Amino acid sequence: MSRITLSNLAHSYLPNPKGEDDFALKEMDHIWEDGGAYALLGASGCGKTTLLNIISGLVRPSQGRVLFGERDVTDAETTERNIAQVFQFPVVYDTMTVRQNLAFPLRNRGMDPAYIARRIDQIAAMIGMEAMLDRKARGLTADAKQKISLGRGMVREDVNAILFDEPLTVIDPHMKWELRTQLKSLHREFGHTMIYVTHDQTEALTFADKVVVMHDGRVVQMGTPEELFETPAHTFVGYFIGSPGMNLLDAEIAGSEARLQGVSVPLGAAYGPTTGRTQIGIRPEYVLISDEGLPVTVKRVEDVGRHRIVRAELAGQPFSAILPEGMSVPADGARVSFATGKVNVYANDWRVAPAETRGGA
Amino acid sequence: MTLELQGVSRSVAGRVHIQPTELTLKNGTMNVLLGPTLSGKTSLMRLMAGLDQPSAGRILWEGRDVTGVKVQDRRVAMVYQQFINYPAMTVYDNIASPLKLMGKPKDEIDRAVRETADMLRLTPMLSRKPLELSGGQQQRCALARALVKGAGLVLLDEPLANLDYKLREELRIEIPRIFEASGAIFVYATTEPEEALLLGGNTATLWEGRVTQFGPTPSVYRLPGDATTARVFSDPPMNFVSCRKEAARLTFGDAAHASATGAMAALPDGEFVAGFRANHVTLNRHSGDAVEFRCTVGATEITGSETFIHLNHGPDRWVGLIHGVHPMDAGAQVSIYLDPAHVYLFDTAGRLAAPAPYALAA
Amino acid sequence: MEKTQNNKAWFLILPVLVLVAFSAVLPLMTVVNYSVNDTFGNNAFFWTGLEWFEEMVTSSRLHDALGRQILFSLIILAIQVPLGIFIALNMPKKGFWASFCLVLMALPLLIPFNVVGTIWQIFGRVDIGLLGHTLAAMGFDYNYTNDPLDAWITVVVMDVWHWTSLVALLCYAGLQSIPQAYYQAAKIDQATRWSVFRYIELPKMKGVLLIAVLLRFMDSFMIYTEPFVLTGGGPGNSTTFLSIDLAKMATGQFDLGPAAAFSLMYYCVILLISWVFYTVMTNLDREENR
Repeated sequence: MSRITLSNLAHSYLPNPKGEDDFALKEMDHIWEDGGAYALLGASGCGKTTLLNIISGLVRPSQGRVLFGERDVTDAETTERNIAQVFQFPVVYDTMTVRQNLAFPLRNRGMDPAYIARRIDQIAAMIGMEAMLDRKARGLTADAKQKISLGRGMVREDVNAILFDEPLTVIDPHMKWELRTQLKSLHREFGHTMIYVTHDQTEALTFADKVVVMHDGRVVQMGTPEELFETPAHTFVGYFIGSPGMNLLDAEIAGSEARLQGVSVPLGAAYGPTTGRTQIGIRPEYVLISDEGLPVTVKRVEDVGRHRIVRAELAGQPFSAILPEGMSVPADGARVSFATGKVNVYANDWRVAPAETRGGA
Repeated sequence: MTLELQGVSRSVAGRVHIQPTELTLKNGTMNVLLGPTLSGKTSLMRLMAGLDQPSAGRILWEGRDVTGVKVQDRRVAMVYQQFINYPAMTVYDNIASPLKLMGKPKDEIDRAVRETADMLRLTPMLSRKPLELSGGQQQRCALARALVKGAGLVLLDEPLANLDYKLREELRIEIPRIFEASGAIFVYATTEPEEALLLGGNTATLWEGRVTQFGPTPSVYRLPGDATTARVFSDPPMNFVSCRKEAARLTFGDAAHASATGAMAALPDGEFVAGFRANHVTLNRHSGDAVEFRCTVGATEITGSETFIHLNHGPDRWVGLIHGVHPMDAGAQVSIYLDPAHVYLFDTAGRLAAPAPYALAA
Repeated sequence: MEKTQNNKAWFLILPVLVLVAFSAVLPLMTVVNYSVNDTFGNNAFFWTGLEWFEEMVTSSRLHDALGRQILFSLIILAIQVPLGIFIALNMPKKGFWASFCLVLMALPLLIPFNVVGTIWQIFGRVDIGLLGHTLAAMGFDYNYTNDPLDAWITVVVMDVWHWTSLVALLCYAGLQSIPQAYYQAAKIDQATRWSVFRYIELPKMKGVLLIAVLLRFMDSFMIYTEPFVLTGGGPGNSTTFLSIDLAKMATGQFDLGPAAAFSLMYYCVILLISWVFYTVMTNLDREENR
């Protein structure tokens, strides 16, 4: 096990990339600490699979180095890197039994048969397939096959990292819960570095200690789920994390206030002067609906069971708010106010940190 | 217009795919088929479309028996999980194709195509080929082709399953709007409870080929008729614990007590199963009657604004969805609280005995 | 999924049924008629019962032809199937060279059978043929018109040249259907090249491979044109396969009765082998899915 360093890395699928647009992966430096549980989150085509394939050695980057620990593996074959990978669709060896499937990576490395037998029993118990060990993999359901793939990824104890490429796509929602919990407890138990690629924010946030959000070939933010939720570094993170995403409203910033259509909104902190397009961002969860504050026009109310989503318009811009169970929308003239300290400021899509507050002020 | 399934069932080679089903879908309604994979959603849709014949029962369309009528002669449109478009045609020609097959005059086709494209926000892409579009746009093109012919019955089989999370969110908001504009019967299959809730309309929950309940979506969610429906319509899964009623006292598991009120008080004494949803679990005592459970933490998952706590309570495995960020170590002991107003009681056969009081108030 | 019952389909294939009845069933009935009669033409028939069948079953001429036929089919299967798989495995997967190879492989399949025979007949001649002349110049005593072994080698090589691409193309199609993720997973699992073949490629190719074997077996079992053009069945009877022998008997010697009995038995043998193949194939499939 070792930490993974990406240094000055970039990749283009074109032989002679010209502009920045030709790069599927823009220049980046990134470190994956040993034993971390990471999620790589982004929309399709944002470069996350390319990045994963560079780490696994299936794609050679057009520029930069990949280091495992101190060792430069940029040109090393997949087999030399000692990693495990679980793919989007179940990859099982159909003609083998479940047991043979799980044993395959160990047998290929010439492990001791007694050890293999012991290890298989352990893994089978973890993925809950003890009863099916001697069945042919062909003819099993997609769920079961994907569990085998997960088990095969997990079976080697000495891997540098385990990479997951949207592994729960084919799994039923109920089963997703179970498998995700199992992955988490496996991570705790063995402490492997895990990198989990997904476009599903719930999967990413619940799986990972640190989430890496990618957008348009770039890492826009790495942080804990809480950081991504509370202080998105980029408007894309605000939009992408959360359901519905963060509300973004064009506003003018003056000190510790934002001016929106002539109404002032307290920001909870002072900001220096900003340039470019300035917006304030507020999570629908932190919007309070009452008869005070900024007037909104309610368009629709969606009942999602545990709460309701109010779709409205604020100063001509779309705006959503989350209404906790049991609360209701004022019949006419609904107004909204924002929880203090929960408003973020953005200039040209990047978050602006508040100016340093004076001690004791 | 109505679509009526009367005692429709289907078995293939001795295996029951659909158990006898009674279902009446009214014109201009959105109907969600909610159930896990292989619960019979697709089989039921194929029966509705006429792609398969029922083993027993009748299918009535506007009161007329259409059981043996071929698909081509019914006014049915279907959209699949895969984005199915003609790759060599432009978006315009793709949308126009069903009308051309019907032999409609050119100007009428043009009008219908432009109207539908406008509704689905495809107007700027009309001259492009499907493969040059994003996944969401491709699926909108497939939807447009289904809608343009003015079908009376539009079947959508997990149409958003292959899309990215965020795109799914956007189309989910659009689909009810599109549906309202078209006025047809929509049938929408999904595995996700949240999707059913967002779509609204009516929901039929499916389990092992059986429709367990059918009614307005929020009411099926809040008043499930049995434990199976409650399980199908909860994500995270509903939590269950055994419950014994003696006189006015309810005992959950071994130790937790509460007094039975309302409908619960009227139940005979005996054994029940209590069910409650993850979002009703709290870490603080919010009301005086709240029941306390001592649990062991299995794992916590933090979504940024909320925390999923996996709990072990004796033999039961529960999930709690709690507001705020609460990291906890696995194996830690924790007290959770549950307001009896959020508890459903099922009898030992799984039928609803007493609904959660909050649901009646909502 | 089952299909909806639709009886209209029967009307659509009716013309074909009628055509087949005229072109296949009627001639077959004529052959049956010939096989139980003796005739000298002029539509005069003498009832012989099963006499011709008895004669054919005991005829050493037929036994020899059958032996040669089976040997030939086995040899070409033993060469073409592994060779076809090998070629398919080593063909480029995409790009210009993939299309180029596909066209190249398809070429021999497009050449009419008698032209194939003629090409090799000239190619192998010692006096003017490139192959024959070269071999002779290198000191080999090669002459397919005199030496039975040389004749066999030439016929086999010709068939391999003509038909291996069919096996290769079928296998190639099977290989193309394997998702890239399987190869990646195998790399990560540190599978050997042999394991990849044994556990990923072969299982995916199995279906098409069985079809390829069946096709090649049936085709080679009925081979006529190419060896007839190349060697005419000689030297001696060394390359006289079943259908060549049959044609000699029927159109050469005008022994219509024995020839008819022979062809009926030939027909039954082929039917039997096809049935065995089909049963084995479907059983294998069922067992695998269990």
